[in-house]
Amino acid sequence: MEEFIQQLINGISLGSIYALIALGYTMVYGIVKLINFAHGDIYMVGAYLGFFAIAILGWPFLPSLLMAMAVCAVLGVVIEKLAYKPLRNAPRIAALITAIGVSLFLEYSMMLLVKPEVRSFPQVLSDVQYNLFGSLVISSRQVIILVVTIALMLLLQYIVHKTMIGKAMRAVSHDKQAAQLMGISVDNTISFTFAIGSSLAAAAGVLVGIYYNAINPLMGIMPGLKAFVAAVLGGIGIIPGAMAGGFLLGIVEAMVSGYGKSLYRDPVAFIILIIILIVKPAGLFGKNVREKV
Amino acid sequence: MFQRKIGKQIAILAVLIIFWASVQAMVGLGIINPYYELNLILIGINIILAVSLNLINGFNGQFSLGHAGFMAVGAYGAAIITLKTQLPFGLALLFGALLAGIFGILVGLPTLRLRGDYLAIATLGFGEIIRGVIVNIDYIGGAYGLSGIPKLTNWTLVFWLTVLTVIVIANFVNSTHGRATISIRENEIAAEAMGINTTKYKVMAFSIGSLFAGLAGGLHAHYFYTIQPGTFNFLKSFDILVMVVLGGQGSITGSIIAAVGLTILSAALQKLAALRLVIYALLLVIVMLFRPQGLMGTKEFSLKMFRRKTKDKEGKQHGTAIGQ
Repeated sequence: MEEFIQQLINGISLGSIYALIALGYTMVYGIVKLINFAHGDIYMVGAYLGFFAIAILGWPFLPSLLMAMAVCAVLGVVIEKLAYKPLRNAPRIAALITAIGVSLFLEYSMMLLVKPEVRSFPQVLSDVQYNLFGSLVISSRQVIILVVTIALMLLLQYIVHKTMIGKAMRAVSHDKQAAQLMGISVDNTISFTFAIGSSLAAAAGVLVGIYYNAINPLMGIMPGLKAFVAAVLGGIGIIPGAMAGGFLLGIVEAMVSGYGKSLYRDPVAFIILIIILIVKPAGLFGKNVREKV
Repeated sequence: MFQRKIGKQIAILAVLIIFWASVQAMVGLGIINPYYELNLILIGINIILAVSLNLINGFNGQFSLGHAGFMAVGAYGAAIITLKTQLPFGLALLFGALLAGIFGILVGLPTLRLRGDYLAIATLGFGEIIRGVIVNIDYIGGAYGLSGIPKLTNWTLVFWLTVLTVIVIANFVNSTHGRATISIRENEIAAEAMGINTTKYKVMAFSIGSLFAGLAGGLHAHYFYTIQPGTFNFLKSFDILVMVVLGGQGSITGSIIAAVGLTILSAALQKLAALRLVIYALLLVIVMLFRPQGLMGTKEFSLKMFRRKTKDKEGKQHGTAIGQ
């Protein structure tokens, strides 16, 4: 039982990373129906920016986090304008292939830029282990990850539901043409969505750097794919679904590796994906939409 | 008409034999050193991979991102037969290919109900699951892979198996079944309304594509002595995808040209692996932005193309090559 709760704690901190990345996937998919493969790599760029700020500039944690988020927001918008916008009316597969291209481009130009070796993240936050009820351990970093994640999620909920731009986002994802007729600038709204999604991924990148202490240029591939699984699990396009899917996937993974089958960690995520796609493609929170001819 | 076609086929066969024999002779005389021979064999394997993926992605319009997984199945299947039994190499290759084909049916049946990007991500998932399972089986070496595989692949075998692959897939595409396969790409709902069993043809195309990926895997395993699960990750799938997209989804000759070109490019950039992938990535994005139909679109390369350049200005826009 104690082992179970311990893995639950580890799973929630891992899951909050997935949830943060999954939010970007789900918002972008909701608004332009594109699987933004490059999203996992924006998370990687975020981690490197955090590393740069903390290790080289010597900034404290919070300004580094905010800087990484801001730069990645700009990066997300630039990618959208250069690579995805010209293809908005092209077949969806064309945009998907472009996204794969952008993803490879970010990974390997980063590799040229910073060399492929693993960098160790400096200890910016002291790591204190708290003992709860005897043998359960929770570290201060896990607490910080969870606090930052929840704060960002609340902020996102506020933006999406209480502000004008949030209303515009919801309108555009519901019906692009109708939104345009109502005087909403679709282009700006899509750019804003990319900016928010990318900044959340960057936050996840910095948090992972602090949690695992190691970053490398290909670190974004697996978490990116798994965050996509999380987004599909919760129902793609649905913001609370991405959060729930992320936490759920993190917990499942922690359980699988906690009970001695760590080599099955990656396949399990994809098995979940296949099962969801076949049994309930709309996801846990989704509604079935009938396809019209 | 019929006789002219026969004459053309004999001419193509003659060119192929001359090409094969002259390379064989140059290898024998030492004009082509082992490094160039390695690249010739890689070109052959890549052509098999690209043409077989083109059947799935290009002709059938079902976007698959898991081709390397089937290549892994074929590689491991063939290598196990060679290492653990005394059966001849031909049977090992056949076993690997058939095993990959069966995996293609097993993976295809559930996933091909999905469409577009969902299918892409599901096939990617399956590719990774196949790899993940291989890592966990100690009998076949786990994460370290299999080594000590005898080097049985040679230029002659690769060349003629590549020719065989191209012929089989080209004939399939031009057969009744192939027409049905293409009609699914053009419009799945209309195809179904015309009485085409779309699931059957999608699975058929998928498993034939997987079978040839398995063949390529078997050839790969018996050339490089050793195979590791990491070789068949989805970067490998992306590599094959770039060839198909660049050559034109729905053009066999396009895939061949792209496979030859990109293999030479990657050989030239071997020392700069990261730069090679940056170039691949830019190629992919630029092709999608400016020429989404690829080099050849859905057309095939033929000498007639040079003769009638001025005549067919109309009907040039084959922008639907990519499907839904």
